[in-house]
Amino acid sequence: MKRRHLLASASLALGLALGGSAFAQGMDKVKACFVYVGPIGDGGWTYQHHQGALAVQEKYGDKVEIQYQESVPEGADAERVLTQMALGGCNIIFTTSFGYMDATNAVAAKFPDVKFEHATGFKRDHANVSTYNARFYEGRAVQGTIAGMMTKSNKIGYIGSFPIPEVMNGINAYYLAAKKVNPDVQVSVVWAFTWFDPAKEADAAKALIDQGVDVIAAHTDSTAPLAEAAKAGGAVIGFGQASDMEAYKPSPRVSSIIDNWAPYYVERIGALLDGTYEQKDVWAGIAGGEVLIGEITEAVPAEVKAAAEKVRDDIAAGTLHPFTGPIKKQDGSDWLAEGATAPDGDLLGMDFFVEGITAELPK
Amino acid sequence: MIRLEKRPNPSRFWLYATPPVAVLLTMVVGGILFAAMGKNPIEVIRTIFWDPIFGEFAFYLRGQLLVKAGPLILIAIGLALGFRAGIWNIGAEGQYIIGAICGAAVGLAVFPTENRLIFPAMVIAGAFGGWLWAMIPAILKTRFNTNEILVSLMLVYVAQTILAKASTSFLKNPEGMGFPGSRNFNTYPAAKNGYLIESLGLHWGGVAALVTAVLIYILLTRHIAGFQIRLAGQAPRAARFHGVNPTRLVVMCMGISGALAGLAGLFEVAGPAGQISIDFNTGYGFTAIIVAFLGRLNPLGIVLAGFLMALTYVGGEMASTNLGLPSAAIQVFQGMLLFFLLGVDVLTNYRFRLPAAAATAGAK
Repeated sequence: MKRRHLLASASLALGLALGGSAFAQGMDKVKACFVYVGPIGDGGWTYQHHQGALAVQEKYGDKVEIQYQESVPEGADAERVLTQMALGGCNIIFTTSFGYMDATNAVAAKFPDVKFEHATGFKRDHANVSTYNARFYEGRAVQGTIAGMMTKSNKIGYIGSFPIPEVMNGINAYYLAAKKVNPDVQVSVVWAFTWFDPAKEADAAKALIDQGVDVIAAHTDSTAPLAEAAKAGGAVIGFGQASDMEAYKPSPRVSSIIDNWAPYYVERIGALLDGTYEQKDVWAGIAGGEVLIGEITEAVPAEVKAAAEKVRDDIAAGTLHPFTGPIKKQDGSDWLAEGATAPDGDLLGMDFFVEGITAELPK
Repeated sequence: MIRLEKRPNPSRFWLYATPPVAVLLTMVVGGILFAAMGKNPIEVIRTIFWDPIFGEFAFYLRGQLLVKAGPLILIAIGLALGFRAGIWNIGAEGQYIIGAICGAAVGLAVFPTENRLIFPAMVIAGAFGGWLWAMIPAILKTRFNTNEILVSLMLVYVAQTILAKASTSFLKNPEGMGFPGSRNFNTYPAAKNGYLIESLGLHWGGVAALVTAVLIYILLTRHIAGFQIRLAGQAPRAARFHGVNPTRLVVMCMGISGALAGLAGLFEVAGPAGQISIDFNTGYGFTAIIVAFLGRLNPLGIVLAGFLMALTYVGGEMASTNLGLPSAAIQVFQGMLLFFLLGVDVLTNYRFRLPAAAATAGAK
């Protein structure tokens, strides 16, 4: 109780010092802090978030001060890092991994004047917690189209990080899009149980290649799966994940999903500066510019490229939803009826494979 | 040429001087590293070692030290017991995970019953889980003479897989909208390992760590079992002649270290971590190996070492956030500590000899 009281008064004092009452009219200077799950040099997920942070610095110059901490474990350690940041005078804290959800809400309760923004989560227990996410599965539909048309063995692979809804969305969208263009396709899934561990990610890619997979999509943060695919001498292709990973162009990286957080970060910190900040729950995709499809290289034939770009453009235009019925679940039960599209609630809580995927969930 | 010469007896001076010298060397070489990265080394070292205890936010960070040191101390004391007897349990991380799962399972099974016996039952289940997981390498060693280093280490990966399963299926929060992870114990008072003294960061895990340190110290210095452990480590043959039963010793040392690691896991999951999640474990079981050696395998030394290690974590985070140091630099800094410890440790059993001195010694 004592600590909570101290924290509350400390945060109150900070809030006052930094113009707590002036919140509605905006602020002269914002200290924006970022908590990263991996190192900024991972070349993927964390790298892209940090690019967003740098864009904020670029845009607002000395009106904003950026602080960040890399490789923060999810769990008890995250709570301490967040508390340190809030005590240290951060006005807005972006927690950029799903596993920071409880820690973000717990610390937000103690610092009502600090804004918290949690990426990919769903809990907004307090008025100062917002969540933001991107519809990565839309990009997976583009990758699935390429994978289905490019595979020679009819075996495509997916390196899963954790069986959380975001990843399940990705695997299912990838498979459904591939199956649409190639009914014989099979998807193999390997669970790495990490977001960032190049050695484990490479092992997962190796395991897939050993099974005869020749197209690999990864839902982990490093470039290791592409490096592994490159060793196959052109026989295996893959995709940039979270970041463009252009170093592996034109092959094995034939396209990519780029997480583009910069516009959101710039908008939110701008809102804090001019006093229009409000609690939000944002889930934008290709149409909103939050998910970008990296260049499709000359390593794929023109008609594959055209088909993939059509999927991308149709999703952007709103005429195609990657989850359009009829779709059954893996166990044969009905999910979406003919013509129905998946409601957001189903996607946010997805814990099943669709029919046709033979991989098993780690249960 | 300077050469190393084995001391007839281990040097008592260096036995105790090694840890402070290693810390000092780490500060100096770490400081050079930080300076090479363009940071002010004095400021970085001060942020790591001074600020968490005496700085502006010490009122919060001091408590965090015990939160972080508690599990390290608890696990390291158990490990030290085995290490002294030459029994190498490297898999405390796995025992920590299984302890947490077993303890949490007991609490979650009776949710939302309120009863004062729930938390004690979870504590027992946690210790039992860790003990059970440690019994696998112990029995394989005593029955089939397998190597306990390999078996216990490999079982960490098995435990991690079980942990992933627990968070995505059998312990998953039924109200968690399909997301992995168990219910949060913070919302379940009967099972919660809350703070006893919040400003000190003291919860039952901290109490257990300090009490265990005293008990194991007494065991080692006053009890016949402690004598047997020390004898088995220093002179295995003599120990056999002395009637020490190696099977019993392995089972006892592995069992105690496993149970303590399991306890640490339970206190963590019901307290600071709050829930079973896929990445619940953050390496306490491995870091505790460093703590055990840093503390000279002595329970009281381990208490100090645990706090020192916690300091490098908490202070390292501060340095990373406030001074913009990459997290890898902090990890290198922590790694240096073990490196210098092992390096300086050579002086406990060996001494440097200059060629002239050696020649004179030889002439005698």
